[in-house]
Amino acid sequence: MSNLYLAPNPRVAARSLDGIMMIMYGRESTLFTLNKTATILWQSADGATPLDQIVENRICSRFDVAPAEALQDAEILARELASREILQVSEEPILRRSPVAGESR
Amino acid sequence: MSSLLEEMSAKALKLNIPLSVQLDLTYRCNERCVHCYLDHDDHGEMTTAEIKHLLDEMADAGVFILTFSGGEIFLRKDFFELLEHARRLMFCVKLKTNAVLIRARDASRLRDLGVESLQVSIYSHRPEVHDAITLIPGSLKRSLDAIYFLKSQGLKVIIANVLMTQNMQDYPGVRALAEELGVECTLDPTVTPMMDGNRSTVALGVDPGVLRQVFRDASLVGDAEEFCAIPAKAAESEMESTPCSAGHTACYVSPYGEVFPCVQFPLPTGNVRRQRFIDIWRHSDQMKEVRSIRLKDLTTCPSCTHVSNCTRCPGLAFMEGNMRGPSTQDCEKSFARTGVPSANMLPKKRVGAGLVQIRALPSLARLSA
Repeated sequence: MSNLYLAPNPRVAARSLDGIMMIMYGRESTLFTLNKTATILWQSADGATPLDQIVENRICSRFDVAPAEALQDAEILARELASREILQVSEEPILRRSPVAGESR
Repeated sequence: MSSLLEEMSAKALKLNIPLSVQLDLTYRCNERCVHCYLDHDDHGEMTTAEIKHLLDEMADAGVFILTFSGGEIFLRKDFFELLEHARRLMFCVKLKTNAVLIRARDASRLRDLGVESLQVSIYSHRPEVHDAITLIPGSLKRSLDAIYFLKSQGLKVIIANVLMTQNMQDYPGVRALAEELGVECTLDPTVTPMMDGNRSTVALGVDPGVLRQVFRDASLVGDAEEFCAIPAKAAESEMESTPCSAGHTACYVSPYGEVFPCVQFPLPTGNVRRQRFIDIWRHSDQMKEVRSIRLKDLTTCPSCTHVSNCTRCPGLAFMEGNMRGPSTQDCEKSFARTGVPSANMLPKKRVGAGLVQIRALPSLARLSA
């Protein structure tokens, strides 16, 4: 079981374009695009749902992948996105701050 | 533009998505810049609720880059409420401002809200020149104080320097000031006509001799020889390309809800007070007309030496009377750059009276038949 909780960094901008999530991090005006798995993590990052539930409900249900392997990959991905200041990762639920997570379209 | 942004823009173009919108929140302003193209009276700005609703619609339409501009945006009492709403919708928000009203606490709030960048108008490093353009004594000091506050919060600031007769000697000073402040600096030699078509402001633009010097300043253009070289003949594929992003992946919304292809392209296409933003974007006849134009469709430009690298603005051409025609200001820039007159600048061939074919008028009897 993973105790990790994810939330978007409130300072990033995001928009989905044809299924691809574009992320702009303001401080360096760096544009990223997320692949499908990363997009699912981003869209599920509400600060309240633990990563293992996200993997079980949103990733394993869509991709043919073993849950343990998917969780390990998702954790690596989440930490990488955190290192780029796109996501916040915590072992405690993350209080939502404005801009509100989950309202990206 | 980064290659990834170019890739996303190409995707947006293909999918007909307005990736980028400039929304002017007000035309009211606390400066009175001599070259400004706006009427500063309030003719019925959108309310807070109307703008929030528009932002919701724009997010649904796929708009990503949202520029709040004016007038002076900080004159709106609900500015931070609108900014918070925009950031809640995850827009990449850029601001254009004179920054005169920004204090330290505002800068901190802007940082917390994740504003991508602020473009601040600075006309000179000398107060007597800058303030004579804004017509507000002390305005340079206040704008520079604000830039300091913004920089101290880690925000990205871009100084926008419009080149005019009044300040044409000062752009090196403004660039040095920008370097000292640790901010970017852009130089724009285009002074646009007023939105009502009045062209008196255009006379404030620099003359071709000054433009020539500016285009040969290696500190601005890099390799001046390459920058000023006569362009190669345009490939056929280039003639199928679109003139610019206006109406293709970008548009402009006025404080009164009017939608235009661009802030410099005052062709009314609809009003968000009466129609949904996405319906105007997708279905307006005017937007469709703008979108249909390819380089090969222009009236004079296809035969011009400069067609492949001209900065021709379709909005300026529209303000001269024909959105498919040349934009004289850009013709002048191409000429100043290369020394080769544009097709539009060549003497027009006169049609002799003897070559005019006069048809007989149809008889009244035939017309009424």
